[in-house]
Amino acid sequence: MAEISVENVSKIFGANPKSVLPMLDTDADKAEILDRTGHVVGLRQVSFGMEAGKIHVVMGLSGSGKSTLIRHFNRLIDPTDGIIRVDGQDILTLPYGDLQKLRQTKISMVFQNFGLMPHRTVIDNVAYGLEVRGEDRATRMTTARHWIDRVGLTGYEDTYPHKLSGGMRQRVGLARGLATDPDILLMDEAFSALDPLIRHDMQGILLDLQRELMKTIIFITHDLDEALAIGDQIAILRDGLLVQVGSPQEIILSPADDYVRRFVGNVNRGRALKVSAIMEPVASGLTGTVPADHTLDAALASILAHRGPVAAVDPEGRPVGTISANLIAQHIAGSQETPT
Amino acid sequence: MFPEDIRIPLEGWVNDGLDWLVVGYGDYFDAINRFILSFLIQIEWALRTLPWWVITVLIAGLAFHATRNWKLPATVVVGLVLIGTLGLWDLAMQTMALMLLAVIISILIGVPTGVLMANSDTLRKIMRPMLDAMQTLPPFVYLVPAVMLFGLGKVPAIVATVIYAVPPLVRLTDLGIRLVDAEVMEASRAFGTGKFKQLMKVQLPLAMPNIMAGINQCTMMALGMVVIASMIGARGLGEHVLVGIQRLDVGKGLAGGIGIVVLAVIFDRITQAYGARQMQHSGKD
Repeated sequence: MAEISVENVSKIFGANPKSVLPMLDTDADKAEILDRTGHVVGLRQVSFGMEAGKIHVVMGLSGSGKSTLIRHFNRLIDPTDGIIRVDGQDILTLPYGDLQKLRQTKISMVFQNFGLMPHRTVIDNVAYGLEVRGEDRATRMTTARHWIDRVGLTGYEDTYPHKLSGGMRQRVGLARGLATDPDILLMDEAFSALDPLIRHDMQGILLDLQRELMKTIIFITHDLDEALAIGDQIAILRDGLLVQVGSPQEIILSPADDYVRRFVGNVNRGRALKVSAIMEPVASGLTGTVPADHTLDAALASILAHRGPVAAVDPEGRPVGTISANLIAQHIAGSQETPT
Repeated sequence: MFPEDIRIPLEGWVNDGLDWLVVGYGDYFDAINRFILSFLIQIEWALRTLPWWVITVLIAGLAFHATRNWKLPATVVVGLVLIGTLGLWDLAMQTMALMLLAVIISILIGVPTGVLMANSDTLRKIMRPMLDAMQTLPPFVYLVPAVMLFGLGKVPAIVATVIYAVPPLVRLTDLGIRLVDAEVMEASRAFGTGKFKQLMKVQLPLAMPNIMAGINQCTMMALGMVVIASMIGARGLGEHVLVGIQRLDVGKGLAGGIGIVVLAVIFDRITQAYGARQMQHSGKD
């Protein structure tokens, strides 16, 4: 497990990136900076922390800098300014050899278009990271076989990637990422190239694995439903600027600005919001109960069965709040008022 | 008319430079000459001493290995027997030795150069006009200096053949490596692959179909040079054709020509088949 923090990180693309840094302190926006200096702002003074063992989603439209940001964590891209710490250590000061070691053992990555090696079979793709760091063949094959099995591809070990469907290819990508047993898994729009049903399956596979593995996962997506489905924390980027960081509930209930509001406007709140996020204080005399971490849709069924408000309870069964059909209706209706 | 007093004395410079090379560094060129010749003699010795059927079986076996099919090996046998029955066997072996060594040297020079070019846009800018020149310059232009530096015989023929045949291999290696999917390259970096391992494990294997196409081109061009090379003393089928032309012996010229064509077809199909096999898993959907 590893904790990551990003401190005041900026990335500027162009001929002389450092020269543009002072402009980031002014209120000139991305378009203006491009106009005046010919430099593109990728990331702008981004700071936030990521707890170990959680899934952290970074969201934004294309061009928001999310793919740039994720490449900073394994230094496929180096920032123009700022500090990136993994477990307290500034990875930007790592010498080349240590950086390679970090990539071989601690951080791995899953790519949007899979990034599989077409000339290698499934098992040799999965074993690639182990091969690079010099594990012997027997260990490589055993470990690779284990992860192929975990992602449900047993029987396809000797198949070449081009014979597999998109979903299967990304399972190979996921297995390859996990095979080196990294603390941190970077997933760059990993499921975006898949069709919706397969994407949903893959989210399920990821969540199942995560319950057991507890990796620190950074997941890039442009799809809010996906972010809500898998994220413990969601960070939203716009034009390289960090707009909001928070739990999925916080993002839906109190969007920081219009950009975020537009994202959450079309969310199905009944499925995305949890009882704990909107419940009222504990009241007495309630017969029915509903777990506080259930979604509003799930709670609604229970309320209807009891023909009235029910108590929200924690996993031990203690009441922590009250939830009524009225309250749920208010919050679901609330989404209708937001401009889309 | 272009004014007569504006002239670049290029001709004098080149001649002086060449004289300077021959006088000052003749020993080095002699050493290179002997070095190349020692390899050529061994290859030639093997090809000319082994019985015809052993060579036929070896090349047919190579053809089978490349295609996993009996059609090409059958063509090889027919072709080689034809060469034998035309009385060209020994000449064909000499030509083959020359071609093989020229191709080997071309690979040793061409592939690393292509790799370097793929990694450096500056080198690419410098190399491209040079490659253009190597491909368009009439071979006679460098045939004579090659003779001056290496003397008459097989080695200048090989040097000239390499100059003529190496450009497509360099270009196709460069292209092949540049065409490797950026995301695959990124993935290999993300797993901590160093530059050299990346080249060996990712770039070269994925560029292989293009490199094989380059080797194919290189082989064809090397065979295309044999008649010209025979003018400076390279033995083999080229000489047969040359003598045929000089004596107005059309039959002799044609026989030699057929021999060259048969060799070209055999090696073209074999190298193409290897390229196609490399293509199998390249995964373009």
